[in-house]
Amino acid sequence: MTLLEVKNLGISFGGLRAVDGLNMSIEKGALVGLIGPNGAGKTTVFNLLTGMYLPSGGSIKLEGTELVGKSPARISQEGVARTFQNIRLFSQMTVMDNVKAALHNKIKYNLAASFLHTPEYRRKEREMNERAREILQVFELEQYVDYKASNLPYGKQRKLEIARALATDPKLLLLDEPAAGMNPNETAELMETIELIREKFGVTILLIEHDMKLVGGICEYLYVLNFGTELAHGLPEEVLNDPQVITAYLGE
Amino acid sequence: MKKYGKQILYMVIAVGAYAAVMLLVNMGLLSRQMTSLIIPVCMNIILAVSLCLVVGFLGELSLGHAAFMSIGAYSGALVLKSGLPVVVSLPLAVLVGGCCAAVLGFVVGIPVLRLKGDYLAIVTLAFGEIIKSVFNAATPITGGAGGMKKIPAVTTYKNFTFVYILMLLVILLVSYLVNSRHGRAICAIRDNYIAAETIGIKVSRFKTMAFVISAFMAGMGGVIYAGNIGILKPVNFDYNTSIEILVMVVLGGMGNITGSIIAALLLTVLPEMLRGLSNYRMLVYAVVLIAMMLFNNSPMKRILVEKKNMRQAAKIQ
Ligand SMILES: Nc1ncnc2c1ncn2[C@@H]1O[C@H](COP(=O)(O)OP(=O)(O)OP(=O)(O)O)[C@@H](O)[C@H]1O
Ligand SMILES: [Mg+2]
Repeated sequence: MTLLEVKNLGISFGGLRAVDGLNMSIEKGALVGLIGPNGAGKTTVFNLLTGMYLPSGGSIKLEGTELVGKSPARISQEGVARTFQNIRLFSQMTVMDNVKAALHNKIKYNLAASFLHTPEYRRKEREMNERAREILQVFELEQYVDYKASNLPYGKQRKLEIARALATDPKLLLLDEPAAGMNPNETAELMETIELIREKFGVTILLIEHDMKLVGGICEYLYVLNFGTELAHGLPEEVLNDPQVITAYLGE
Repeated sequence: MKKYGKQILYMVIAVGAYAAVMLLVNMGLLSRQMTSLIIPVCMNIILAVSLCLVVGFLGELSLGHAAFMSIGAYSGALVLKSGLPVVVSLPLAVLVGGCCAAVLGFVVGIPVLRLKGDYLAIVTLAFGEIIKSVFNAATPITGGAGGMKKIPAVTTYKNFTFVYILMLLVILLVSYLVNSRHGRAICAIRDNYIAAETIGIKVSRFKTMAFVISAFMAGMGGVIYAGNIGILKPVNFDYNTSIEILVMVVLGGMGNITGSIIAALLLTVLPEMLRGLSNYRMLVYAVVLIAMMLFNNSPMKRILVEKKNMRQAAKIQ
């Protein structure tokens, strides 16, 4: 079954076609890689998918629902979550509150309950704490719950961002260079965690990564972007041996 | 257990402060000058805590707080002057003042909150001046520059209990709000509004919410002011007043409710205490301000905070 269907998606900045005529089709439960050289338009695709940019043309369908034109908050509720290439945590808030903030639309109570800390408030907050702890445990962050997010070491900040995205209970999780700035050990460990969360949370993952070898290791399917257009797509072993792809990367 | 301990401590402080003031007043131990400061302290705490919600937690610099206070003051004063018995007119005035300010906060908030940072500060500043001009011009209702006179003195120290309860209510509601789903959304917007949007928080809705709640509370503070001072003049609500409240929030450590309360208390009492120094008053005031500011950002404070954290950590293990 197809989860995400992207058709003829495009956007320009001034004269620059940052993404042009992109088609993508992602199966439910898949782990797909989106690769390409610097400035290829990968992050721009994520910005389009999450409603941060309005495309100049094309459509994005999640389980048949059109996402183009919806606000980022609305798209989050439809089931798309993401992380950012340059980390965007709620830096002054605790690790716990970062995750709880993302439970905003999952565990709800009204404003009166917030003002008065009613029994409902206490019940729902307890539920939130349990859920947040469960998610943080997957990333081995449970001992840092009271840390301010900005006080976490870099690698753990990246993990916290993924944890926060997962808390929205997404159907599609977009990870923008989750291993950036990590050493090879940390990277290997993170890739294991990513495979684990796909099983545990039943989420479909689209992953941007620079390192072609690394992506080939865990992704089942790859899309290659270059200058905003699709260069190739297919199984990793085919794509990574494609002469066009090799030239694009060597040409950097 | 630890959590309850903290709640009990706050309760003891709240009751203790009330008992102390009542005792001092009834035994005649306070000078007239100090007695006259009791209500302004409560009022400034209400104003500072409400502004703290916008500046500290939402992270938007608003320089129009005095405008919301003035709407509350004028509309509340009209209710106070209606001739109803005080038991009815005072709570009603507080409610009407708060609601009028909230409505204005909503109307202004929708366009203004789309602006960011410096722009927002400038527009709220201008908004404050516009409101002031309107009150100046609407002479038939407001008395213009001459002022709205003969407002019943219902919020003097004799009615301390009412004002004190209102103040506690404001503190409690803001503290509770900040520690909730809605409060987290507001803080998330402050820290990173793009990330907040992508986890499903409707940014403009929560910005408006914080702004309106803050305006409502500032309006209530304005009613306390009206009933305390007895005469309302538009000049009393110029940008200086907004900035004085802002200074309390900044000195309190931005987004620190306890800090805002302490700063409001000190900055209300201090200028009066320095009155004897006449010429040097504002100089000393400025020096104290700078000293507090420096302390808040100093290594000294960091060391103190770290020491406290270490003690805390030792206790937990
Ligand atoms: N908001 C914007 N305004 C103008 N140009 C933009 C904007 N966003 C992206 N671009 C341009 O679009 C192109 C694609 O950028 P994008 O960030 O998507 O690349 P990327 O594939 O993620 O690269 P990297 O691997 O360096 O992260 C770049 O040339 C970039 O300068
Ligand atoms: Mg990028």
